[in-house]
Amino acid sequence: MSGDHQTLALVLFSVFVAVTLAITTWASRKRHGTAEEFYAGGRLFTPMENGFAIAGDYMSAASFLGIAGLIALYGYDGLLYSVGFLVAWLVVLFLVAELVRNCGRFTLADVVASRMNERPVRIAAGTSSVTVSVLYLVAQMVGAGSLVALLLGGTSGAAQSWTVVGVGALMVVYVSLGGMRATTWIQIVKAVLLMGGAIALTVLVLVRFHGDFDALLSTAAERSGHGERFLGPGLKYGGSWTARLDFISLGLALVLGTAGLPHILSRFYTVPTARAARRSVVWSIGLIGGFYLMTVVLGFGAAAIVGSDEVRRSNPAGNTAVSLLSLDLGGGADSTGGTILFAIVAAVAFATILAVVAGITLASSASVAHDLYASLRSRSRRKTREAPAKPRSEVAVARVAAVGIGAVAIGLGLLARDLNVAFLVGLAFAVAASANLPVLLYSLFWRGFTTRGAVWSVYGGLVPALVLVVLSPVVSGSPESIFPGVDFQVFPLQNPGLVSIPLGFLAGWIGTVTSEESPDEAKHAETEVRSLTGAGAV
Amino acid sequence: MDKHEDRDAGRVRLSDPGELDDPWQDALASGWDESEDTGAPASSVPHARGAGQDGPGGPAVSAADIYLEVQRSPAFQEVRRRYRRFVVTACIAFFSWYVAYVVAATTAPELMARPVAGSVNVAMVAGLGQFLSTFLLTWAYVRHARLRRDRAALELRWDTQELTRGVGR
Repeated sequence: MSGDHQTLALVLFSVFVAVTLAITTWASRKRHGTAEEFYAGGRLFTPMENGFAIAGDYMSAASFLGIAGLIALYGYDGLLYSVGFLVAWLVVLFLVAELVRNCGRFTLADVVASRMNERPVRIAAGTSSVTVSVLYLVAQMVGAGSLVALLLGGTSGAAQSWTVVGVGALMVVYVSLGGMRATTWIQIVKAVLLMGGAIALTVLVLVRFHGDFDALLSTAAERSGHGERFLGPGLKYGGSWTARLDFISLGLALVLGTAGLPHILSRFYTVPTARAARRSVVWSIGLIGGFYLMTVVLGFGAAAIVGSDEVRRSNPAGNTAVSLLSLDLGGGADSTGGTILFAIVAAVAFATILAVVAGITLASSASVAHDLYASLRSRSRRKTREAPAKPRSEVAVARVAAVGIGAVAIGLGLLARDLNVAFLVGLAFAVAASANLPVLLYSLFWRGFTTRGAVWSVYGGLVPALVLVVLSPVVSGSPESIFPGVDFQVFPLQNPGLVSIPLGFLAGWIGTVTSEESPDEAKHAETEVRSLTGAGAV
Repeated sequence: MDKHEDRDAGRVRLSDPGELDDPWQDALASGWDESEDTGAPASSVPHARGAGQDGPGGPAVSAADIYLEVQRSPAFQEVRRRYRRFVVTACIAFFSWYVAYVVAATTAPELMARPVAGSVNVAMVAGLGQFLSTFLLTWAYVRHARLRRDRAALELRWDTQELTRGVGR
């Protein structure tokens, strides 16, 4: 990669950073300092804006570069991966979006706590939300470091470290000053950029093959070196039975985890009604579905135009497939078109990371301030939300929490810099599916659900998921592990979802049937009426 | 009704980006503050009831009764029945279709690699079928909610809020 690419990419990075900082300033100038404003952006976004923001929150750089790269290297198995990311949205649309909008105020714990003995439930749900967010955040931060280093050609450790620090600092500024309003606009800008970049590249690929998808596929199969096998499943996940089970486990985690991701749930509170929440999900399904369809074209396009071997030489994980493709589509490495397209791809990837990181930081600072801090501060706190002092001080805590989480993420991001953290995203989805989804579904739909059931289902999913990962080959016992020297591996799968998701549901059920407390009929009635009609929704 | 408002808001804000600066935001913000004020009594219902459970009954207890009453009303049961029937069917359908797809892809790659037309094989058709079924189910759900559920749910919402508002005061 020549200096031209880097200069132009850096200019575009700077433009994006400047624009987003301007948005933050604009958003924070009008801030009222209320919790409504900070966590939910005043709840005034339109469904279309929120749909773009959800898509912007969800489509990480891992999707843009990672999935296209997986397809370029392993063909069909990359597509298999992206299907899970899309189908997951049906769970969100059918079971979660509207009901959560109607029942909660800012976080997942609001929904559960409205039916239960508030404090233990809030602490449990807050803890699991923060855990999910931190796992996801570290993956994004490390991804940011290696990505920018990769795209700009600087492979030195210092460049990577500075990227992690820079991304972390920027996101702390966005979130703590601009709150949800700034974060949302950054995500909207990012989603538009990402869709625009993907559409442009897809059109160029299709033009290259004269719109003949069949020719694209056969050329990709030919140049991949795998022949017909490239177009069927099995190249990546088809090895041993453990590998196959592992993929099924990951697939389950992807489909069930999305509905439990705190930063996705908090997006539904930024629109005024449940119907608006539904229509935001429809927008985001359209955008996300369209986007993944385009990554399929881009991935096979990279295999066909650049060639799988070339992609693998540049980066063994395939993360540079799209940027290599853009160079070629623009007219080659030394052409102006190639330089411009490459810089655009790099800038879009960078924007993607910033937006996703800001969204997660905001959601986790909400969990810390609204759920954990508020519950831990006073044991017998009455619900005195009308008191003017309280929401303001909570927002102050949330701003500090955003700074704290930013610092933790930077620290972990620097520590984990050289580790392969791709599994962290899958793990975050698995924890969300095991700890957050069962408690959410039980409290929305099960009449007999009790406080003990809620607490058990959160910890009953969270603890097994984390323990199984510690005992898995990810941490020890294989050359690619975090600690290759020691071996305490017991659990064969990398992704714990297959075991921990049923455990989360089971623990919630056992906790409920064994609890002394009888379920509160009236509170269940209230949850049910509110969730389906929107009565009393804020 | 509020759908209409949403649309209008979206259109105005889109068609006239120049208006996105302060005056428009102020108007929106103040408008929201007002509606928040009127919404306050309704949102204070659970608090009132929470207090009522601690002390002796009083009017607060009947807020819980209102929710129980609404829950038992035929109108609400109908909304819930329609919602559940659609969602349960659709969830079973898409989830088993997805699990079947993933299991087939991991355990029976030979089947999935069977060619259909040209370079397109069963796996490709199934994968694109997942995208298509997701879009179709989304469309069906939204249509079902709009035609079968929204009006009744909105009426129930106003009725419930009317009832609880009286209790709250």
